[in-house]
Amino acid sequence: MINFGYSIHKDNQINMDAVSMELLEKVKKREPSVMMCMACGSCAATCSAAQFTSFSLRHLMLKVCRGQMQGLEKEAEKCMLCGKCQLVCPRGVNTRNVIIAIRSVLEEPVNE
Amino acid sequence: MKKFDIFVLPFTIGLAFILAYTVIMYVRWIAGLSPIDKLKLRANFIKTLPRSLKEIVMESLFHRKIYKKNFLLGYMHMSFAFGWLMLIVIGNIQSHLYSRDIINPPYYPIFYKFFEPYPMPFATYKVFEFIMDFLLLYILSGVFLAYIKRIRSRLLGMQSTTRHIFADRMTLTSLWLIFPLRLLAESFTSHHRGEFLTGTLYRFFSGFLPVHHMAYPFWWAYSIALGVFFLSLPLSRYMHIITEPLLIILRNAGIKTYKEFKTYTDVELNACSRCGICIDACQMSTAARIRTVQPVYFLRDARYRRLTPSLANHCLLCGRCNEACPVGIDQVALRIIKRKDFTLSPAYYEYIPSRQITRAPVLYFAGCMTHLTPSIIIAMKEIFARAGEKVWWMDENGSICCGRPLIFSGNIESARVLMKKNKDLIEQSGASLLVTSCPICYRTFREDYHLRIPVMHHTQYIYQLIKEGKLKAEKTSISTVYHDPCELGRGCGIYDEPREVLKQYATLVSSPSERNNALCCGGSLGNSEIPHERREMITRDATLQLLSTGADYLVTSCPLCKKTFSRFSPAVIDIAQVVAGQWNSLPPAQRKNELAGTMVEQ
Repeated sequence: MINFGYSIHKDNQINMDAVSMELLEKVKKREPSVMMCMACGSCAATCSAAQFTSFSLRHLMLKVCRGQMQGLEKEAEKCMLCGKCQLVCPRGVNTRNVIIAIRSVLEEPVNE
Repeated sequence: MKKFDIFVLPFTIGLAFILAYTVIMYVRWIAGLSPIDKLKLRANFIKTLPRSLKEIVMESLFHRKIYKKNFLLGYMHMSFAFGWLMLIVIGNIQSHLYSRDIINPPYYPIFYKFFEPYPMPFATYKVFEFIMDFLLLYILSGVFLAYIKRIRSRLLGMQSTTRHIFADRMTLTSLWLIFPLRLLAESFTSHHRGEFLTGTLYRFFSGFLPVHHMAYPFWWAYSIALGVFFLSLPLSRYMHIITEPLLIILRNAGIKTYKEFKTYTDVELNACSRCGICIDACQMSTAARIRTVQPVYFLRDARYRRLTPSLANHCLLCGRCNEACPVGIDQVALRIIKRKDFTLSPAYYEYIPSRQITRAPVLYFAGCMTHLTPSIIIAMKEIFARAGEKVWWMDENGSICCGRPLIFSGNIESARVLMKKNKDLIEQSGASLLVTSCPICYRTFREDYHLRIPVMHHTQYIYQLIKEGKLKAEKTSISTVYHDPCELGRGCGIYDEPREVLKQYATLVSSPSERNNALCCGGSLGNSEIPHERREMITRDATLQLLSTGADYLVTSCPLCKKTFSRFSPAVIDIAQVVAGQWNSLPPAQRKNELAGTMVEQ
């Protein structure tokens, strides 16, 4: 194979019929304002944690909305709950509680 | 003369039960104190006993703190507590003086008129009869006010009153019935007597009722009401009657709420009388119309062990209720303690890099929130430069949170991780003073970090610079009103330094909500549950209240307050900006009217 300096990415398509929306539904129940999010990224831009590591609430939300659960728990743990994101959110999303809700849903014991 | 009738049994059983229950609970609580607390109690009990007794009389009987707030409410509470006690005491003296036995059974003075229906031929006896009737009338006037308070609390100066659970309603009903039943039972028995109240009622009722046949059933009813009250007391809010004296004794011995759920905390929960005074102190109730999460409901659910995370987390932790509480319960500390039960697993923040340390005599920690208000940072830099201070700004390149927001969420473990990282930086820097612009950080540095160097909020620091002559103040004619941030004012007791500083630079207008009565801006990180629009209601109300003093500028000393207020008024400025001379160039008064306009529309 000739190396052109780039390659074909792994397919990034998401079959919305196949993924589970359970997490989003549960988070929505705990913090309804999550549906106000328009993914503007103000939260990520102001984030204290993001100055040291790759952490973004916008990205986290995107994953939650797509039902991509992989690595979510570790990612959400990076938040220091300082609350800056809440003050800059133009949509009045209760961002601090969104993180708390995502984390508590992920930490819930799975009911078999 | 016989001294027993079967109808006294409900009362006697109830009394025996409640006395035994009180002893058991006191022994359990005192035995459950931590060894240090027991030592404190042993060392200070006798020493503080006069103070405790005075406080028990002033608060548990006279309800002085409630009187100070609201006369009618104080009168109502005092008539129940003090009036009832006097009725028991005077009744005991009366029955003792005129009975032939040295010791009477405990029910005898309570049902004295039943056993002694005929008056004694002594002059002093008439005095006793008058006093007993008067005391009963006094309590009944309180009962009447209590009825009114239940129906229309506004008439007693309360915007809203507590909504009670079943056990409380039952005990409340029995309490409400006790005194009217006593009045009727005594009136029906009061033949041949000339008392002004029961005697008159006897003459009135005997005109159209078969009073002689009705007396006995009413003595039964009176005894049953007393019995039900005593038996249901431990399940209800009236537990505060037996708990509050112990709370006062323990508190005066130096025992505090601390940071764990312990015996003292349990005593605090039981000492809440659910009077509902905290509901009117809470801005979530007065401004945001949320009336289900106030301290009274939190303490109740915590006591019955049915607390939900959403209730525990639904509090701004502003501390206004602590100031208003007539019992002196530290509900803010209790909330934080209880949040630990629902918190997330700890996080370790391994991504935070170790950082380059610059050695300087003064350390400046702006804090996360100050990073959102660059104007404060610019002002602080200007102040440091003017004073010629050598400063290392430790969170210039990204801030690690101080950990207090995590403590608010009950996640103490995670907070410790951040605290350790910050503490290492502070101690390695070799600085001799830590200055911060954020009251949230300031409080946690002071209370939780156990640093070896002094910590100052920038208001204190600026005040010191002025006193040392390092800063020269120039007085302007601009009028300002100062907003005490919750964490700095009620949290740390810093009220004077900011005012002293402000007086050097501007005219200070006083407001009705200042110092320990200060409002919360609504931006508090303490509440993770409150929806954004409710926060805005609180902020709008607070901004209007402060600016309606007629001041040109609303000055605060907290970046979170500034950021929150500035959504509603551009005339908000931090004290550091005042000192640095960075007045906003807007015409404040005009903007204030605009704000008032939007208020009217909404």
